[in-house]
Amino acid sequence: MSYAVKNMSEDDRELIAFRIGDQEFCVNIMSVREIRGWTTATPLPHAPPYVLGVINLRGAVLPIVDLSAMLGMKAAEPSVRHVIIVAQVKSRVVGLLVEAVSDILTIIGDSIQPVPEVSSELEKQYARGILAIDKRMICMIDLDALFPQQESEAA
Amino acid sequence: MDMNEIKEIFFQECEEQLAELESGLLKLNDGDRDPETVNAVFRAVHSIKGGAGAFGLEDLVAFAHVFETTLDCVRSNRLEPSQDVLKVMLKSADVLADLTNAARDGGFVDESRSRALVKELEALANGETPAPSVDAPKVVAKAPEPVQAAPPTDDSGFQPVPFSFDSFGDEEAEGEGEQVFDITFRPRRELFSKGNEAALLLRDLSRIGEMSINCDIDGLPALDAMDPEDSYFGWSISLKTKKAEEDVRSVFEFAEWDCELTVKAAEAAAPAADLPMVPVPFDLSALDEVSGPAASADVSAAQTESDASKMAAAAARVEKKETAAAAAAAAQTATTAAAAAGQTIRVDLDRVDRLINLVGELVINQAMLSQSVIENDNNGTSSINMGLEELQQLTREIQDSVMAIRAQPVKPVFQRMSRIVREVADMVGKSIRLVTEGENTEVDKTVIDKIAEPLTHMIRNAVDHGIETPEKREAAGKDPEGTIKLTAKHRSGRILIELVDDGAGINRERVKQKAIDNELIAPDANLSDEEIDNLIFAPGFSTADTISDISGRGVGMDVVKRSIQALGGRISISSRPGHGSTFTMSLPLTLAVLDGMVVTVAGQTLVVPLTAIVETLQPEATAIHSFGANQRLISIRDSFCPLVDVGRILNFRSVQANPVEGVALLVESEGGGQRALMVDAIQGQRQVVIKSLEANYTHVPGIAAATILGDGRVALILDVDAVVSASRGQSLKPEMSLAATG
Amino acid sequence: MKKKVLTVDDSRTIRNMLLVTLNNAGFETIQAEDGIEGLEILEGANPDVIVTDINMPRLDGFGFIEGVRRNEKYRAIPILVLTTESDAEKKNRARQAGATGWIVKPFDPVKLIDAIERVTA
Repeated sequence: MSYAVKNMSEDDRELIAFRIGDQEFCVNIMSVREIRGWTTATPLPHAPPYVLGVINLRGAVLPIVDLSAMLGMKAAEPSVRHVIIVAQVKSRVVGLLVEAVSDILTIIGDSIQPVPEVSSELEKQYARGILAIDKRMICMIDLDALFPQQESEAA
Repeated sequence: MDMNEIKEIFFQECEEQLAELESGLLKLNDGDRDPETVNAVFRAVHSIKGGAGAFGLEDLVAFAHVFETTLDCVRSNRLEPSQDVLKVMLKSADVLADLTNAARDGGFVDESRSRALVKELEALANGETPAPSVDAPKVVAKAPEPVQAAPPTDDSGFQPVPFSFDSFGDEEAEGEGEQVFDITFRPRRELFSKGNEAALLLRDLSRIGEMSINCDIDGLPALDAMDPEDSYFGWSISLKTKKAEEDVRSVFEFAEWDCELTVKAAEAAAPAADLPMVPVPFDLSALDEVSGPAASADVSAAQTESDASKMAAAAARVEKKETAAAAAAAAQTATTAAAAAGQTIRVDLDRVDRLINLVGELVINQAMLSQSVIENDNNGTSSINMGLEELQQLTREIQDSVMAIRAQPVKPVFQRMSRIVREVADMVGKSIRLVTEGENTEVDKTVIDKIAEPLTHMIRNAVDHGIETPEKREAAGKDPEGTIKLTAKHRSGRILIELVDDGAGINRERVKQKAIDNELIAPDANLSDEEIDNLIFAPGFSTADTISDISGRGVGMDVVKRSIQALGGRISISSRPGHGSTFTMSLPLTLAVLDGMVVTVAGQTLVVPLTAIVETLQPEATAIHSFGANQRLISIRDSFCPLVDVGRILNFRSVQANPVEGVALLVESEGGGQRALMVDAIQGQRQVVIKSLEANYTHVPGIAAATILGDGRVALILDVDAVVSASRGQSLKPEMSLAATG
Repeated sequence: MKKKVLTVDDSRTIRNMLLVTLNNAGFETIQAEDGIEGLEILEGANPDVIVTDINMPRLDGFGFIEGVRRNEKYRAIPILVLTTESDAEKKNRARQAGATGWIVKPFDPVKLIDAIERVTA
């Protein structure tokens, strides 16, 4: 038995793929506003470890999330080689720190597979499916699920 | 522009008129008897009625009409605006506001209330009328004595006619067959002095049927005896038309008092040629030309040649001369006043906000530019520096000017409060007077919008709990009527709003007991009066023994405090048992910029709002005293003040910094006395643009907002009150809403 | 050539309605918010007809009409009074002041245009 591919729709056809460690992930290109280099963030007191702080994005205050740490992997040591994917999640804008952007993918046919059941709760929460392209395995991330609204509305 | 847009304008205008109405009534209530105040009140209701009629808002029209009728009695001195009368009128103003809102947003209005008020208003209008008839004033309207002349608006005459732009071209149903009317028409000189034109009347007559005209020139004197102002002609007309006699007469509607007119149906279709007069051809076609009046009848020609002095005399009638002179004088002074008042334009708020955002960016950019010039300017090129200084000055001025656009007087919010006092006082059977001061104090619109709610809550609270019942007040030797005073003023770059009641004051025994019961304080806590009073702001604290319908609503003063703090404001209370309480709110004038002290804490740059800082000092080792396990106090002029390590509180470092190596900022927080905040170094003072952290992230405990500094990096703005609270042992926890710790 | 109408009314709602109605009917419209402004505007405006409200701040319709009639240039210009007050006393006062005719509010576009046509060539 396997989990179904969650909520796939027509506009999920174009994806941006990126690398964290030796793993590859992707998000819907529609939610990506821009990709920019790393700049030092201003740390926030009492923030979870994966929140690196905030940066100035043309006058707006943008929180930067270490995606690696957030997905339960090794915390990143941000450097000039890292990039920030500026993504729109519902009404908010978040910067995702990743190692590198690798590809822009277009899904053809049924190249996307359901998430296997071995996944832990964390992976089940954010993974929408798995793509197999040229023997690479790319995990598709559901940003809305990764950043549930109530977290940001705690105030 | 379409009807919906005009309707939107109408509702906006209603809001303004309602505010005008209420403030006028309150002025009258305070004894103002200026006729212009009464006129303004009357005009407000009149204007609402007029617009409402055009949109077919019948409920609104009907109520406004009754209200207006009663107001007209006041205007014409037939009804004395006593306190009782004004009470009814203020309530009517409230209902009028409700009806307006209902007309705009749908929803219901308490009909029994409005019906009861209609009765009261009608009774007032009738009461002063010496009553030959017990009926409504409209009946008196037809009475011959002008003194008793009734309201200017006759009930029967005012029918809401829904307005529609599509209704052009509607044809009236025509009468049955054709009929011939014999008409004689002889204008008097007054007809011309009022801008009516005999030739135009004849033209209009020609449009409703077929007619033949004979001009009667018998009255024409010799040329030298002719007065160019006078009227010498008469006409006999035979008109064949399908219209009825009243339609024929209606052509002369505007002129009928200034002419001799007969209209009668001819026996049969008598041919015009039978008339016993010399036919003078009268060419109406000239009227269709633009140059019309001058080219047509002799009368018009004579008029254009008129003698100036005579004409002026005719226009400004003799019996009107004094009035006219007075009006001219009034016009003169009013013009001057208008010039002084200046002109206004209405601008969409979005546009202003966009401008403010842009100016905010400009300020940041200017700061960044200055900083990079300073960093790269090794040989001190003074012209660049001078230019930058000027740029900084200009940017600051632009920012101030832009902020001023958003500044609004607190008046509308204060006015809303007077309604709340009335309603709540009515509900709880108390007699309370609201006095407002400084209504024209200006503050940013966002601040105004956001203080309404906490203020409403506080007012309710003051009416419900603060002021005693009339019986209790009398027993205490006080005026049975309680007073609540609401004032606004500017003080050192902030707005100060004070709410003073002359009620019973805080019952400290009860407050303390309640706080002990709710485990907010230890049973043996030794608190000052001030500290006890401020316990009412503690979360979940409610002094009312039973949650009342009015100020209960499941929220307490902690919510008020939280909303004020969310605006970057502070609130405190002082109270004298038996004499009343004073709530003092201090709020920033704008939520867009802030004057801050830029400091360094554990390698991070922070901004501390300047308004919170009392003084800065360099601690000496001898002034620092350890106290208990890990508390430290600093002695300042013989008093001891707790030291708070900001870096430690914000978790920027794990061990306390050495106070001697840093700087202490002496701050005062609401109701909590002074604290010395330890920072590592002071970088300088600067005006910063406030940026929301919540927009993309979430509220951060201990942090009020963020800003962008000259180096382009984000700096956090410290929430001083929260940090002080945290230093009292309440921890800053992300899960916990920060302001609630107050 | 378009006929020019000067309207004087303190209500923004009514001003807008007049503007739309008159523009739709092919008139050129200029507007004032009260009697004082009306007299100020009048001088350079050269309107063909004036439509004025009665109840206005600063200078009411009666005062405004008297002011217009005192002006040599406009002593004979048609002035229509736009008012909710349809009773004889008010009408009479307006006439004494020098009004040409009246339109009862809330006005109906057809009647407004009719009245204007009636008093202008």
